[in-house]
Amino acid sequence: MNTFQIAFWFLSALAVFSSLMVITRKNPVYSVLFLIITFFAISGHYILMNAQFLAIVNIIVYAGAIMVLFLFVLMLMNLNKESEQQKNKYLLWSSAIAGGMLMVLLIAALHTSNPMVLQQPGAGGIGLIKNLGTKLFTDYVVPFELSSILFLSAMVGAVVLGKKGE
Amino acid sequence: MPITYYIFLAVIIFSIGVTGVLTRRNSIIVFMCIELMLNAVNLLLVAFSKMHHERLMLQDPANITAGTEAQLFVFFIMVVAAAEVSIGLAIIVLMYRKVHSVDINFLNRLKN
Repeated sequence: MNTFQIAFWFLSALAVFSSLMVITRKNPVYSVLFLIITFFAISGHYILMNAQFLAIVNIIVYAGAIMVLFLFVLMLMNLNKESEQQKNKYLLWSSAIAGGMLMVLLIAALHTSNPMVLQQPGAGGIGLIKNLGTKLFTDYVVPFELSSILFLSAMVGAVVLGKKGE
Repeated sequence: MPITYYIFLAVIIFSIGVTGVLTRRNSIIVFMCIELMLNAVNLLLVAFSKMHHERLMLQDPANITAGTEAQLFVFFIMVVAAAEVSIGLAIIVLMYRKVHSVDINFLNRLKN
């Protein structure tokens, strides 16, 4: 077992464990914190696969901006004490079983006996900003500009929604 | 690492997200589970990008940017997710102002 495999198994176990904690914790603040741990584990996977730029962007955008937004809204609402009511016990169990069945089905469907093996974890420069940026600003410049319009409309929409009505 | 390990990891995280959406009643946690599913998909896209890159490099070692597209897709997914979160949280705050709860069982009142 080399360092790459040890890091892979550690990050996988961390990601699965903390995402399980996200959906089982009663207190939403703990869920947010465990989700941040999940994002860090996924960023570690990105670094192992030579996607350094995406790893940094994942930490900045997801773990930094989006999760802070979640935490901010959560603190604003002050929901920490009250526990959510669960209407039906059978509904909970049936949805848990449905999710598990989805997992089993997808694993069984996507299992191949002769998989492609990822070698040389540290080789290749596709994740560097230089290569990604060249591709982004030559072949994908129209989607890039469209995403700026999307951001503008999202910003205007958030302001309009957040305004006090009437 | 065989590519199937990455597929299994992404499937497991995705299923955890689906289970969270189905079981939890707090709309913020439901929203967080959607982010979890998006991240599982991102992880799988990056793994396929790496696989594609290695296979194309064997055929043509000069083409060093082979397989960059998947990482750009992940970048655009992050862009869309950021826009989605800002709008979604604004809607949740609005809902909390109306009904003083974020329980999605109350959302059936929207039809009146």
